[in-house]
Amino acid sequence: MTDFLYFWNHFAFILLMVGGLFIIITSQNYIKKIVGLAIFQTSVFVFFVSLAKIIDGTAPILMKVEAIYSNPLPHVLILTAIVVGVATSALGLALVLQIYKNYNTIEEKEIEAEELKSER
Amino acid sequence: MNFLIDDAPALVVILPLIVSAIIAFIPSSRWPWIISMITLIGHLFISFELLSMVKKTGVILYEFGNWQPPWGIAFKIDGVNIGLQIIFSIFVLITTFYSRKIFLSEIHPDDTGKTYSLWLLAIGSLNGIILTNDIFNLFVFLEISALSSISLIALGAGMNRRALLAAFNYLIIGAIGATFYVIGVGFAYSMTGTLNMSDLVVQLSQYSSGQLAIFAGMSFMLIGLMVKSAVFPLHLWLPAAYSYAPSAVSTLFAALATKAILYFFVRLIYEVFRIYDHYLVIFLDYVLMPLSVTAIFVGTVIAIYQEDIKKLLAFSSIAQIGYITLAFSLNEQSGITAGFIHIFNHALIKGGLFMAIGYFAIVSQDRVTLSSISGYGQKYPITSFALLICGVSLIGIPLTNGFVSKLYLFQALYFNQMFITIALVAISSALAVIYFWKIIERLWFSTTTVKVAPEDPAIYIPLWIIAISIIVFGIFSAPIIELATMASSDLFGAISN
Repeated sequence: MTDFLYFWNHFAFILLMVGGLFIIITSQNYIKKIVGLAIFQTSVFVFFVSLAKIIDGTAPILMKVEAIYSNPLPHVLILTAIVVGVATSALGLALVLQIYKNYNTIEEKEIEAEELKSER
Repeated sequence: MNFLIDDAPALVVILPLIVSAIIAFIPSSRWPWIISMITLIGHLFISFELLSMVKKTGVILYEFGNWQPPWGIAFKIDGVNIGLQIIFSIFVLITTFYSRKIFLSEIHPDDTGKTYSLWLLAIGSLNGIILTNDIFNLFVFLEISALSSISLIALGAGMNRRALLAAFNYLIIGAIGATFYVIGVGFAYSMTGTLNMSDLVVQLSQYSSGQLAIFAGMSFMLIGLMVKSAVFPLHLWLPAAYSYAPSAVSTLFAALATKAILYFFVRLIYEVFRIYDHYLVIFLDYVLMPLSVTAIFVGTVIAIYQEDIKKLLAFSSIAQIGYITLAFSLNEQSGITAGFIHIFNHALIKGGLFMAIGYFAIVSQDRVTLSSISGYGQKYPITSFALLICGVSLIGIPLTNGFVSKLYLFQALYFNQMFITIALVAISSALAVIYFWKIIERLWFSTTTVKVAPEDPAIYIPLWIIAISIIVFGIFSAPIIELATMASSDLFGAISN
């Protein structure tokens, strides 16, 4: 039980990650897939940031007194990863818009049905 | 000109990226292509400069902003990646020359200028994957290349709207793969506190018996990279993405994109995770090798049943990636050499094939299917003959570079006494004859009366450069073998010392 409390950030990460993957795999709607992807990516951001936290640590700012501070590097990495995630979502939504213009729907099943029809 | 030499490792990556940003603001449709060509000629010169520097000093370590690694980001150029860098640089120049006519016909004319912005973005980021020595920096390059390639694939929507679906699938699957990789980086960082690959090797040695967290991280990283490099069964995004993209884009990606990631994959296995030999053996022998053999068979068999030729080539690519990963899974120097030889040779072969099919696609303004190309051998003899050369090389007929690849692969397998695998690879090579014969039969042996049509030199000059180099490297294979041996001995020598 103490293990669970000590590593609760890992469990939160697993929960979010699996939830995101589940949404990506099961949803038929393309927008929902992108939402799932965003949740999945955010879970990793949370994981990285929580790794950096040191108990009783402050922000890594230069102070007169010596203090314990949290590791700033994961934050910087995640700042980059967030930018990448935003770009991915934006490009995904742009593609969904184009798919809607071309197919008049963003439901995977309906598009597949239409493609099967056009193949014949 | 001193900065050219001092900062050459950074320039090869930054030059295409900066020019890409400038090109985006040029309204013309011709100038972006000319500027791209000039940029890539410069890129080629710097690459050869790097080659001579590596031959002199052995290893170049470039620290960005003079921040010492492991704190700063570093590029490392040694025997392992210089060969790929040279092939990459030559091939992007040829493909860019070829791409103009394809883009003019397959994409809306107003968009062709901006397409080169994405094109150079993809080239710069793929080059970054080849040179970087920092595992998080790799993720950034991986995502830049993924996003630019997705946009390039989606441009195929002008010809066929399914390109949008292919691009979307690649976006979702690719993002999952990249995120898996980042999870792995997180585990590795939490255990070692470093992101620099050379430092990671040092830090990991304190856990020489192995730690579960490191194994978890390693698995996440390797699986993420396997998704990105389309190792069977994680290849599902590839066939649609390659076959609906504009032909020039298919050429670039089939030849280089998966190869750059495969290079990093093998470097991660043999350089960074080398000390976990007992774990690696399980991964290589029981995961990667069976998957590679399956990939060879499944890819080849599905390719036999394809009607659409670009799809056929995409599935054949999956089989060829299987050959490369099979060679890499041998955990032995001759295997790595064979893998690198096939990376170089397959880039030429598959690039040439996609170039020829791309020409057929723009002359027919439709999907290139087996039935639509009948008689093209007589109608477009110059292109078809180059296609024939690339095809026989894909099968592995002597006097082509494909034969050299197969020879070294068989030697490596024989050296490791894997006789069953040799038999399986030989059978699958024979199966490859079937799907290629189907193309040849349609091209040359169908009874349609057609006149010889004029062909476009802008297409067949780059195509024939590739076809001739296939023959030349088939007969005088020394340069390719030298580069591959340099790669494998640097990768293995560094570890055994």
